[in-house]
Amino acid sequence: MAEEWRHPSARLLTLRRLEVAIVTVAAAIAIVAGTSASTLGVVGGAVVLVCGAALTWFQQRRFHAWGYAEREDDLLVRRGVMFARLSVVPYGRMQFVDVTAGPLERAFGIATVRLHTAAAATDARIPGLERTEATRLRDLLAQRGEAQAAGI
Amino acid sequence: MSDYEQWRRLHPLTPVVRGGRATIALAIILLPGILAGAHSTRFVVEVGVVAVLIALGYVRWLVTRWRIDEDDLRIETGLLRRRSLRFPLSQVQAVDVVRPGLARLMKVAELRLRVGGSTGGSARLAYVGEREVEPLRAMLLELASGPRAAESRPGGDVEEHVLTAVPTGRLIGSILISDVGIVAEAAVAALIAVAIVSPSAAAAALSAGGFVFISTFIGIWRRFNQEYRLTVADTADGLVLRGGLVALTTETIRPGRVQAVRMVEPFFWRMLGWCRVEVDIAGRQRSEGEGQAQRKPLHAVLPVGTRDVAEDMLDHLLPDRPRRQEPPPRRAVWKSPLRYHILAWGRTDTCVATTSGRLRRVTSWVPLAKVQSLRRVQGPVQRRLGLASVYVDTVGRRVHAAIRDRDVGEADSALADLTELARSARRDQFAGPRGRSR
Repeated sequence: MAEEWRHPSARLLTLRRLEVAIVTVAAAIAIVAGTSASTLGVVGGAVVLVCGAALTWFQQRRFHAWGYAEREDDLLVRRGVMFARLSVVPYGRMQFVDVTAGPLERAFGIATVRLHTAAAATDARIPGLERTEATRLRDLLAQRGEAQAAGI
Repeated sequence: MSDYEQWRRLHPLTPVVRGGRATIALAIILLPGILAGAHSTRFVVEVGVVAVLIALGYVRWLVTRWRIDEDDLRIETGLLRRRSLRFPLSQVQAVDVVRPGLARLMKVAELRLRVGGSTGGSARLAYVGEREVEPLRAMLLELASGPRAAESRPGGDVEEHVLTAVPTGRLIGSILISDVGIVAEAAVAALIAVAIVSPSAAAAALSAGGFVFISTFIGIWRRFNQEYRLTVADTADGLVLRGGLVALTTETIRPGRVQAVRMVEPFFWRMLGWCRVEVDIAGRQRSEGEGQAQRKPLHAVLPVGTRDVAEDMLDHLLPDRPRRQEPPPRRAVWKSPLRYHILAWGRTDTCVATTSGRLRRVTSWVPLAKVQSLRRVQGPVQRRLGLASVYVDTVGRRVHAAIRDRDVGEADSALADLTELARSARRDQFAGPRGRSR
């Protein structure tokens, strides 16, 4: 089982960090302003900022955990730091593939590819793919899915 | 057969039966007015509303028509927003005949075809005349299994081989000591005790928990209603399940369409050595109008029975199932202290079995040809203990086959083996004689 692992674009990490940064800075400002910059408020704001920094580091680990590999008959998707998950989705079982991109994702030029099978529990999602890669993957999955389609 | 190629209408009594409880309610509302012979404006308005409702029901009936077009069942309905539905018969997972109480009075029946797919719904022909429904069901099944199967079958009546029939006494007993049953009994006993001491407190409790009480009892009643005198027979068309008290149901599950089988042994049943066997098939049942009473998550092929009977049934459903299941390593007790004594899994080349549960024991079997995807998951506690779980995903969300808390090496090799075996099982199925299966 020699498989070649691919990873999401580094832009995903930038996006995730940006999200964390926006939320923590906003929270810190709200705390400081809400307590009219009393000592307690400033300490609280600092704590929030430190937590945000820790979260940024955790986002980095999470980012590096994402990976996917195209094998001959199935797609492997792995993710998660605390809960490490590895999904094996046979191409023949795919019902459809969808590619989504939210406003922030679009600004970064990335998209999420999600595979659906007839099972509700199937959990195969690959975020942070550059647009060309997302399109390539979508077409490849659709093509292989059609070639290997099996009945329910 | 050519009969069905013409556009046809449903039975003329359809609106009455569809109205179901509403029909009865209307009759009750109108009755005092009619008896009093009143000619007040209110009475006129009521009659007008009823007339409009009846007219709407009939318009709906008038614009609905259906026919069988070679391999498809086509239904057209809707007055303003016309809908044309087409159900390919080769994708049919099961054919049900449902006869709710009112429909039985009116001598009509509903025919329901379940079509696979995660978004797949069901085709309903509600309602068809009672005499018409059996030949129609037989014909749909014949079309669904294709010309090959139709030739191989010796014409005329389908021979049946009855697998199980459940005695009513045992069914009642089993419900009384099931999980829900025990809770309900305890609640009733507590309520009676409170009522003796202080009736006002009991009334308060009843009004506070009234909704929960009612829904619990409706659930219990439904189960009894569905499983009353359930018989399972093996025919050329597949498994035929017949049963019901007020609403009669006949379900046909086509061969090779069983997605998963599970055996449930609730805590109190285990003492008596009883168990329940359920099968899962693709396509969910939608609940609309009168059909609501028929909604259920899984098909019980054995509502209650001893282990021996269950084994016979399982032999029939899954001839090549794993006989032995291996327990997890000892250290798994730290991760799942309650589940540890129940956890186990085993496999053959075509089937995987897993056992789990805390108080009740649930054993699930999934034919490898039906596996949708596989997942290996390792949480923080499992990592520390060197354990991992493998999940076998099946169609829908009802059966969970999880190989929990195995040694990491074992989990990895199980994942690799199952991936490989599922692939070859899928190929065999696809290339085999039942290649038409979607």
